[in-house]
Amino acid sequence: MAALESPQPGTPTAMRNAFGNVLSVLILVLIGVLAFSIRLFSVIKYESVIHEFDPYFNYRVTQFLSKNGIYEFWNWFDDRTWYPLGRVIGGTVYPGLTLTAGTIWWVLNSLNIPLSVETVCVFTAPVFSAFASWATYLLTKEVKGSGAGLAAAALLAMVPSYISRSVAGSYDNEAVAIFALIFTFYLYIKTLNTGSLFYATLNALAYFYMVCSWGGYTFIINLIPMHVLLCIVTGRYSPRLYIAYAPLVVLGTLLAALVPVVGFNAVLTSEHFASFLVFIIIHVVALVYYIKGILSPKMFKVAVTLVVSIGMVVCFIVVAILVALVASSPTGGWSGRSLSLLDPTYASKYIPIIASVSEHQPPTWPSYFMDINVLAFLVPAGIIACFSPLSDASSFVVLYIVMSVYFSGVMVRLMLVLAPAACIMSGIALSQAFDVFTGSIKYQLGASSNSTDDAEDNTSTNNAPKDDASAGKTDKGEEIVKERSSKKGKKKEREPADKPSVKSKIKKKALVLPLEASIVALLLLIMLGAFYVIHCVWAAAEAYSAPSIVLTSQSRDGLHVFDDFRESYAWLSHNTDVDDKVASWWDYGYQTTAMANRTVIVDNNTWNNTHIATVGTAMSSPEKAAWEIFNSLDVKYVLVVFGGLIGYPSDDINKFLWMVRIGGGVFPHIKEADYLRDGQYRIDSEATPTMLNCLMYKLSYYRFVETDGKGYDRVRRTEIGKKNFKLTHFEEVFTSHHWMVRIYKLKPPRNRIRGRTKKLKSKTSSGLSSKSVKKNPWI
Amino acid sequence: MKQSSVVDLLLLLLAISLLTTPAFSDLVLSKVERRIDVTSQIARVTKTLKVVNSGSESVSEFILTFPKFLGNNLAYLSVSHSEGKGKSKRTLVNLSVREADSNGIPDSISVYSVALPKPLSKGDTLTLEVVAAFTNVLQPFPEKITQGEIHLVMLQESAQYLSPYAVESQSLSIKLPNARIESYTKLENTKLQGSELKYGPYKNLQSYSYSPIVVHFESKAAFAVAEKLVREIEVSHWGNVQVTEHYNVVHRGAQLKGEFSRLDFQARPNPRGASAFRHLLARLPPRAHSIYYRDDIGNISTSEMQSDSKKTELLIEPRFPLFGGWKTFFTIGYGLPLSDFLFASEGKRFLNISFGSPILDLVTEKLIVQVVLPEGSKDISVTTPFAVKQSQEIKYSHLDIAGRPVVVLEKNNVVPDHNQHIQVYYKFSNINLLSEPLMLISGFFILFITCIIYTRADFSISKSSPTYLAKLQWDEVLATLQEVQSIIQKCLATHDKLEASLRDLSRTGDTQTCKAARKSTDSLLKDLSKELKPLLGFLQSSSLASHISPKVEELVAKEKELEEKLMAKHTTVVEGYEKKSSGRDIENRIASQQQKIIALRQEIEDLLEFIDEI
Repeated sequence: MAALESPQPGTPTAMRNAFGNVLSVLILVLIGVLAFSIRLFSVIKYESVIHEFDPYFNYRVTQFLSKNGIYEFWNWFDDRTWYPLGRVIGGTVYPGLTLTAGTIWWVLNSLNIPLSVETVCVFTAPVFSAFASWATYLLTKEVKGSGAGLAAAALLAMVPSYISRSVAGSYDNEAVAIFALIFTFYLYIKTLNTGSLFYATLNALAYFYMVCSWGGYTFIINLIPMHVLLCIVTGRYSPRLYIAYAPLVVLGTLLAALVPVVGFNAVLTSEHFASFLVFIIIHVVALVYYIKGILSPKMFKVAVTLVVSIGMVVCFIVVAILVALVASSPTGGWSGRSLSLLDPTYASKYIPIIASVSEHQPPTWPSYFMDINVLAFLVPAGIIACFSPLSDASSFVVLYIVMSVYFSGVMVRLMLVLAPAACIMSGIALSQAFDVFTGSIKYQLGASSNSTDDAEDNTSTNNAPKDDASAGKTDKGEEIVKERSSKKGKKKEREPADKPSVKSKIKKKALVLPLEASIVALLLLIMLGAFYVIHCVWAAAEAYSAPSIVLTSQSRDGLHVFDDFRESYAWLSHNTDVDDKVASWWDYGYQTTAMANRTVIVDNNTWNNTHIATVGTAMSSPEKAAWEIFNSLDVKYVLVVFGGLIGYPSDDINKFLWMVRIGGGVFPHIKEADYLRDGQYRIDSEATPTMLNCLMYKLSYYRFVETDGKGYDRVRRTEIGKKNFKLTHFEEVFTSHHWMVRIYKLKPPRNRIRGRTKKLKSKTSSGLSSKSVKKNPWI
Repeated sequence: MKQSSVVDLLLLLLAISLLTTPAFSDLVLSKVERRIDVTSQIARVTKTLKVVNSGSESVSEFILTFPKFLGNNLAYLSVSHSEGKGKSKRTLVNLSVREADSNGIPDSISVYSVALPKPLSKGDTLTLEVVAAFTNVLQPFPEKITQGEIHLVMLQESAQYLSPYAVESQSLSIKLPNARIESYTKLENTKLQGSELKYGPYKNLQSYSYSPIVVHFESKAAFAVAEKLVREIEVSHWGNVQVTEHYNVVHRGAQLKGEFSRLDFQARPNPRGASAFRHLLARLPPRAHSIYYRDDIGNISTSEMQSDSKKTELLIEPRFPLFGGWKTFFTIGYGLPLSDFLFASEGKRFLNISFGSPILDLVTEKLIVQVVLPEGSKDISVTTPFAVKQSQEIKYSHLDIAGRPVVVLEKNNVVPDHNQHIQVYYKFSNINLLSEPLMLISGFFILFITCIIYTRADFSISKSSPTYLAKLQWDEVLATLQEVQSIIQKCLATHDKLEASLRDLSRTGDTQTCKAARKSTDSLLKDLSKELKPLLGFLQSSSLASHISPKVEELVAKEKELEEKLMAKHTTVVEGYEKKSSGRDIENRIASQQQKIIALRQEIEDLLEFIDEI
């Protein structure tokens, strides 16, 4: 901008600046295109469809929003789920994603661009990942300049961890939340760097958007206070810090309380307390600085001792009250998911429903390599680069990476928060390394051409001081290369080697490396980058693009498509009554309501543990007891997912132990031990009778033996235990093409009537005409 | 259903017995041949009627009658007569048919009147070809079957031709599917040959003679009925006709009772589930492209396509096999080349496209055809070979302003015989084609213009606010800094020139040129320092530059020092040469100066870079 407004736009620097600006804009546009298009593998390889489980719910909510408008949306009581309880969707959902997609849809349609809600939903995530990479550019630019920004943006555009949550069709909260997270951080840093109240207000708004979008907003509202505290402790307090923080807490908390799902939690739960505590501290510190300014040093000392002693007392009282408050609330003021963050073993110990979700498990080492790949190696270099020199902004990103590494170690899901931090760090590292290497190459080349000129006349070796220094260094550099030619020229190691030899009075020159080393190092860096790109493209294409409702397998005779889920959902939606209730394990709840439009008993929003336990109990009970439970819930159809025929491992039999556990947690007559033989979970002839008689077993394996005569289960790799049996209370109404989904209907209660009529018959005299018996429809 | 039709029959018989209407007796049907094809779900009746006028007056109207229970299900009726003599010259001419009011004819009979091409005078004969298609006349019986049972249907007809005219000779043949025949009514002259059932010939029948027959047989045909079909045909003058068809399909055969077992359905070698249908075959026009097949929840991956120059065949398989009573919904869409369907005539354009569904043997209960014409089309008119309900709508699609006119045609009970071409005439000027691209171009143009204006113009609300003034001042400071920088750069360049002159000296030993160079640089440097002075003064006075000005001053001071040192060095070297002292000697003398110069030069460069970063 300075270039544009300078009086002599023709000067070379201005031209260079303008050119640089245009180039970075171009690069940013390309990065956006890259971020968008790398996420389209799922559309190209499969189709434009919503993925997995939660996105279906979000899609359904968006459909409702686009059809009924925003006010209806806030008041939406959904009676098609959690039957007979229902669910207040408007008050229990993070509305950010839905409102975003709904707004996009509305804008497009008012421009007469007729895109369906589904299309908008499918492409929301890729669009927002482009935004996220631009936000990363802005954030990193604030920290370490635009070179690092561009590198970080390019890395983020294709980091596999983020791709896994934002491929086209993965219409989940994280898709927009990561953008909101980075953008909030950017505005915080921007405020910190400029001290502008304008940015502080924007920051609060960005935070509001984040609160709307994802429960992960607590990460922001804990990380920023931590950074503020860090700044205060390290003596970096400034009015800019105050402006960056105080408005965020005040406005942010007020705005957060506007989101129905958060509401008073914004001031009541302990996730938010850290921010209030720091809010108090920063005021105290601000006061101290103010007083320090108006008092003489001596007076100040007196005042400090006075205030500190009083302050300590007040603090203790406040802390005591807080602790008492927190302790008096049921979970200690911490929600289960947050508690399992602090204590990774918490969930598996106390809340099976949280532990049963695979993405709440701690990650393994390979998953780090899979998800952030070479970034893991670049991060330490980036951290070092952040320390030279350490600024407010760079200390923030260091804190960010440290915290996110910890959290990602607790839950796989939070790898997503680590990814941007890793990208920022690696971007900084890469850009600094490139700076050094290209700088020294440029320098060396210039030097060598000049030194050949100078070689002839020794009289004046130093027409330019630059040349002299460099000539000296080339010699030195060559020696170094000879000494350790194997070294890859890591600049940090090189530095001390170069410094004493040149004895440079100039700091900058210390970073000049020998030509060959720089070239080799550059090549290696480029190779590293290339490896990263290849890995990311592979991950996007192969690992993370499967929509999970359509499965494919590559066999000798070509691609095989398993579209059983949609087959059965379509069957349900067209061939059952609109008000029929379908019971299934909660995993399939969202899909059933969204795709089949049928009322379900439980779904993926696991808000009522008892209700889920009821379904779990029914699934683990014998047929008659299960029939009674389901009948009492008004269920008409039961849906089970069975992979035994084609070898689909994540079926209901494999999830069954969780049903037993969750059911047993509420209804003690279900005991996990009854389903295990010597602590082993099995379904073959060694299995326990309880297992072989439970509803889940029967519904999964009903007439399975007739397929191959033996009943060989391809998932468990064994023959099933109980082969020939009949269902008494359920009848099969639909089984999908590959048997992956089986739907059963509850038989009407005829057995009881027959029993009663029999009794009636035996009781009444034989004189009763046979006509009355014939009228009984069940005979 | 069955009961009601039996009641119908009884009523009909009652009515016929009471009938005395001599008004039509002038005509006599000398020969009637009827063929009923029930191999699909549609009963297709073809009749050849030889009409003789035996009365005295000429007749211009011919009455066709059907029993009401058939007439209610009549989907398609066409009457034609052959003109010309000899088999080769015969051409069929369609005659207009209308539903007549049944004055004098009992309610249980549906009446249609045919306008004859020319009045039939006494003794003349005329041969009429009647084609009629009935839906829902094949009643499934039993009405509910289990998965393993075969699908049986029942047809009710009359062995004798129901007509207001006397019939001299008539015969009926029923073409049954090649499968089991459960039972049929046996009358005199009944023959079953293979899968063809023949009644007659019967001679000299009274008018309104009627003898009910019932045929009960197995049908393997797909009883696929589209409860509702919406076909949207969108014309784009960029070269494409996009057809999108939304089907609500139901299996109207005997309903499935009890379980559906996939095991039995997939069992080999005897799959049970014959009553279900898995596929539907759509015969699309040739050169159809971009075909898709999906439903509400995504793409349906089970379909096959074959195409050659004559046709494109799309074998679509619903997500699940359809048993009796099961329903499904799907959408197929395809693009067609515009040139095959759009023609021009008399200054108008017309779209010539088939009316019904491309799916074979599909009965459509309610068909809605929406022809979306390009924005700006005028004078729209439609011609159809049969009566349809017409209306017009407006649809807003990609970047429309006025909206696109939509012609909506509605028709109930459509059978494949209705797959005839309809013509939609409209006027459209090609200029309209460019409106949307131009709109986009101007949109982007305006966007860029706004950007340019935004970056160039000054939008601050208050021109006297301190921040604004500070900004202005800061801009000035930056400009001054840049000037300072450029001057310093010039100085440095001058220094380089001086150094170069020294190098020349070492080569040539010509002190005179060196001195001259020295002089010129001296004056140049003086000018530059003069230029520098006001700038420095400004920086010092400016409050905003307070943190920069010391640096700048340092820079200038350093530059001065460097200049002095350089001059000193220059003098030393030149003196050395003048005194003809040895090169080494000179070098020794200037060595210390040289080091200082290097250091200074470096410092200056650092300072410059620092300033550059502001």
